[in-house]
Formats: sequence, C-alpha cells, structure tokens
Amino acid sequence: MMSNAILDNKIMLECMDIKKSYPSPDGEFVVLEDFQLKIHEKEFVSIIGHSGCGKSTLLTMVAGLNDITDGKILLESRKIRGAGPDRAVVFQSPSLFPWMTALENVMIGVKQVFSHGTKKQREDICKYYLTKVGLGNSMHKKARSLSQGMKQRVGIARAFSLKPKVLLLDEPFGMLDSMTRVELQDVLIDVWSKEQITAIMVTHDVDEAIFLSDRVIMMTGGPYAKVGDVAHINIERPRNRTTTIEDPRFYKYRQHLLEFLDH
Amino acid sequence: MDSKFIKTIKWLGLGFLEPLINLFQGKETDKNVRLVLRQIIAPVLSVFIFLGVCNFGASYLYNIEKERKIEKTRADQGGAAAEEMERCIDSGEASCKPNSLPSPGDVKEGAKALWADHKKISESKKAFKNKTAKINAQRKASGLEPIKYTGRPSFVDQIKTSLKTVFAGFLLAAFLAIPAGIVLGLSETLRSSLNWIIQILKPVSPVVWLLLVSMVIKTVLANSDSDKSFIISFISVGFCSMWATLVNTTMGVSSVDKDFLNVSKVLRLGVFSNVFKVILPASIPMIFTGLRITLSVSWMVLIAIELLAQSPGLGSFVWEEFQNGASNSNAKIIVAMFVIGFIGFMLDRIMMIIQKLVSFDNN
Repeated sequence: MMSNAILDNKIMLECMDIKKSYPSPDGEFVVLEDFQLKIHEKEFVSIIGHSGCGKSTLLTMVAGLNDITDGKILLESRKIRGAGPDRAVVFQSPSLFPWMTALENVMIGVKQVFSHGTKKQREDICKYYLTKVGLGNSMHKKARSLSQGMKQRVGIARAFSLKPKVLLLDEPFGMLDSMTRVELQDVLIDVWSKEQITAIMVTHDVDEAIFLSDRVIMMTGGPYAKVGDVAHINIERPRNRTTTIEDPRFYKYRQHLLEFLDH
Repeated sequence: MDSKFIKTIKWLGLGFLEPLINLFQGKETDKNVRLVLRQIIAPVLSVFIFLGVCNFGASYLYNIEKERKIEKTRADQGGAAAEEMERCIDSGEASCKPNSLPSPGDVKEGAKALWADHKKISESKKAFKNKTAKINAQRKASGLEPIKYTGRPSFVDQIKTSLKTVFAGFLLAAFLAIPAGIVLGLSETLRSSLNWIIQILKPVSPVVWLLLVSMVIKTVLANSDSDKSFIISFISVGFCSMWATLVNTTMGVSSVDKDFLNVSKVLRLGVFSNVFKVILPASIPMIFTGLRITLSVSWMVLIAIELLAQSPGLGSFVWEEFQNGASNSNAKIIVAMFVIGFIGFMLDRIMMIIQKLVSFDNN
C-alpha cells in the first residue's frame, strides 16, 4: 500500500514535546502541551479539530511565525529558527499583496529562493505554477481584482514555486464557498501529486481531510490540547474525487473522524 | 462608451452629474428625476437660500449702521446736516456709505472691481515689459540684473504667490514628515522616545511657529539677500502642517496588516524589499490621508502666517484691505474668503485624485 510505503520514508519534520501557553490574569493559559508529531517525507498530513484547539497555533509555530513556549521543532533533524521559504505557507486569507499582479506576487518569493537564476528562468517558474493552478490567462491582473478563489490559487502557486521542504496549509479553503472549495481541492491535489512535497494542512472539513491526506491527526479540544486519535488513509493515489467518494473505505474513515469530533 | 464617461466623471468627483446624464438619455426617468432633485436642485436651492439669508442679514446690519451714522451727524452737526447725510447715503455715494457687512450684490461688485484692477495691472505690466525689453537685453549682455516691475501686485498675483508658498510649505512638510514617519513607524524605540516631543509640538499654534522660524531664519540668513519673508512663511507653513502626515505615516507603517508581514517573513525578504515592496505600498492610503490633511492645514494656516509675516499673498491682501477701509474693502475681503475656500476645496480634490491613482484599495 502506498501510504505504508510513505511511513518507510525518512522523517522530514518532527515536533518534540511542544508546549504553547500565554500568560493570563489567572495564571498561564496552556493551549497545547506535550504535543508529539513525526511527519515523513512526501507525506500529506491533515490536522483536524474543533475551533480553538490550537491547530492553527501549531501550524504557525512550525512556520516560525509564532514562538514556541517549550519543546522543539526539527526540520530534517535541524532545529527551526524563525520563518523561511523552506516552510512555505498557504494562508487562510490568501494574503496576496493587492498592489502587485498575480505574477509579481509569485515572483517576489521566487526571486528570494532562486536568486542565482536568470530573470527569464525565474519568470518561467512563476508562469509554470500559475498555469498549473489555472491562472495562465490572468497572471498580469492586479491581485486586488481577482476573486477570492483566484487569489487562493495564486497563494497555492506562490507556495509551490518556493520548492519548500514542507508545505503548510492553514485552513486554505476556509474562506471559500463550497463549489470553489471543491475546485481548489482538485487543483491542490493535482499540483501536489506532481511535486510530492511533504505537507501539513489544518482544516475543519472532514471530507477534505480524507480526500487529500495520507494521515489525519485528530486533536482533542483545548486548552491542553493534544493528539486524540490518528487515522491512516489507505486510499490509493493518485486519487480521483468520484472514485474516492464511492470507495467504501471513505465512509469508514468519515465515520471514524465524525465520531471523534462529536465526542 | 457612456459608462466609461460616467466612470470618468465619478472618478473626478463629479458623480452628482450622473443622474442628469441618465435623464437626458431617458433612462429610468422616475428614479433619475428624484436623484436630480436631491443631488442638483436641492444644493442649488440651498445656495440661493444662503444668499438670501446673507442679503437679509447684510441689509439689517446696514440699516442699523445707517441710523447710527445719521444720529451721530445730527448730534454733531444738527438736523440739516443729518438730512443731507441721509440723502447722501440713499444716493449710494461711496464717500458716505455706512461701513458694514457687505451684501451679496456688494460682493459681486467687489469681485468685478478686483478683476478690473487685475486687468489694469496686467496691462501696465505688459507695457512696462515692452518698454524695458531693449534695456534689459542690453543689461543682460553686459551682465547686469534686469529691471523688474515693482508696481502693486493684483489680486490674481496674490493668489499665485499664496499658491507658491503653500506648495513650498507642503513639499517641505512631505519631505520631512514621510521619511521621518517611516523611520518612526519601523522602530518602536524611536517612536516611544520621540512621542512626548511630537505630542507637545503638534498642537502649537501657527503664530508661534512663525515666530520660532523667524528667530532662526533671522540668524541663519542674516547676510543673505534672499526673500526672507517668503522663506519664513513657507517654512512655518511646513512646520504647522507636517504633523498630520507624520502621525499618519507612523501609524500606517506601524500597523501594516499582519498577514502581509507574515508573508514577508516566510519569504525572508531583506530590509530594503520589506520596506519598499511591502510596508510602503501597504501604508500609502494612510500616508495620503495624512497628506490631504496636511495640504488643507497648510492652506488654512497660510492666510494667518502671511498676514503676520508681511509676506505677499492672500493673507496680506485681506489684512491690507481691512486696514484700508475703502468703501468696497469689506466686499473684497468676502471675495477673498470665497476664493480661499474654493481653492482649498480644489486642492483637496486634486489630492483625492492623486490618492486614487496611487493607492491599491481604490475600487
């Protein structure tokens, strides 16, 4: 089975004894404690849980945008320090620079990562990814004039074009309507299956988590959130929406996740 | 094409004309008639009501002043002189006109007089230029300064001088406040260390700035023959008006959307890219709001500063007319008031259009 093969890959990212707490008038408020997670190379992991369970906090800590109170995060066995393009983030609000075109938004990152290449090479990279996410004809439009769905397509292109070691997706489709969400899940899975970048996605959407992931981490409610349960999704890749949804295993996983969340 | 035209009109801030254009094209008559009534007829009507109230007020004050003048003549020189005075006032003779708030009609006459005066002065300037053209060419050839026209400036010349002073002051304010605001916005330490000074200097009155600036300029330019009153007034205008831009730029830079900064962190942009490609474009709307306030404040304080600095311009025009006390001086002052207001309004509109051109959130 494909997913089991992934478990033989080397460990890409490791969270060890992660704790996150904020000071509050009634003493310290602990969001996460004693959190452990190992993610293998080329693995797609989803983290699912109720609002406020600290799953987004965890992701921003991995991204280096949020301080860790205790514990450490290792990327290829090296401790992470601050944010960087080796951990590209697809933000929930696409966070494009509205004064730039779609192409410029991707280019500004590619310039940082491929500073050795020629301008032409960098432009080709940007255009390749923008075409991949279906924006071949709108790459010279200003980001502010794009629809929410198109903005998030640029967000995905920007993240992949950095060729990161780990791709972090922070509820990437949370602000989209259900039709656009399905479209973008297909775009994401399409680009991802070519690149096979290790990915962590935070989501509330059970179907999305099963469809995209090799493993779904279910988190208990906060405070003091931790890993409650794990589901290995053994559906073969490349996956197709219709066949995946018709697969009886899909319902089994769905049942499992929903039961955990209803708890 | 029509919709493009309407878009342009709206963009220029003339959106109130839209229903009228639609009405001429016979589109949605009911709705557009209502809109025309509200957006064009009602404002025009209120202008007339305003003029009516002014007229009533002016004639009321005029009558009080007239009675007083006649009574005073009666007390000083007896009944015959008083009757003579009354006849003189009613005949509209300028020499015995009571000095009171001018009516809209007087203001119109004042504006006409100013325009005629401007034409006369332009004529004499032209004549002077023709007369001295030859001599000036000779003087230039032999390396001497040309002879300049030294006559009285017309009202239009005063407006030009005032605009020049305001632009000089505004540019000074922008060049000081924008870079300073960016630096303050980026550094929390600098921000808190200069906070007290800024908070204390911000509310200082234009008059005090003028005095302060002239204290410094007097020493610095003691041996220079440059136009000191112009330098003093534009620097004072700049210092009075720069605070809005300084505070807004600081605020804009220090409160850039956290998402943008996170992207910048993930991409590991350098300091230069971070400032010029992310922080500055993101704070442009705030900076321009500041610049708009700065421009209107500089126009507003200009009049007071010119008046005090004895620098030529609308401010000294108003002051001279007030001191002058001729029969139509008051009317000229009111004309100047409306000209000042209108120019201020136009300047704000121009800034608004520039803001729309350079901001990212203009739709």
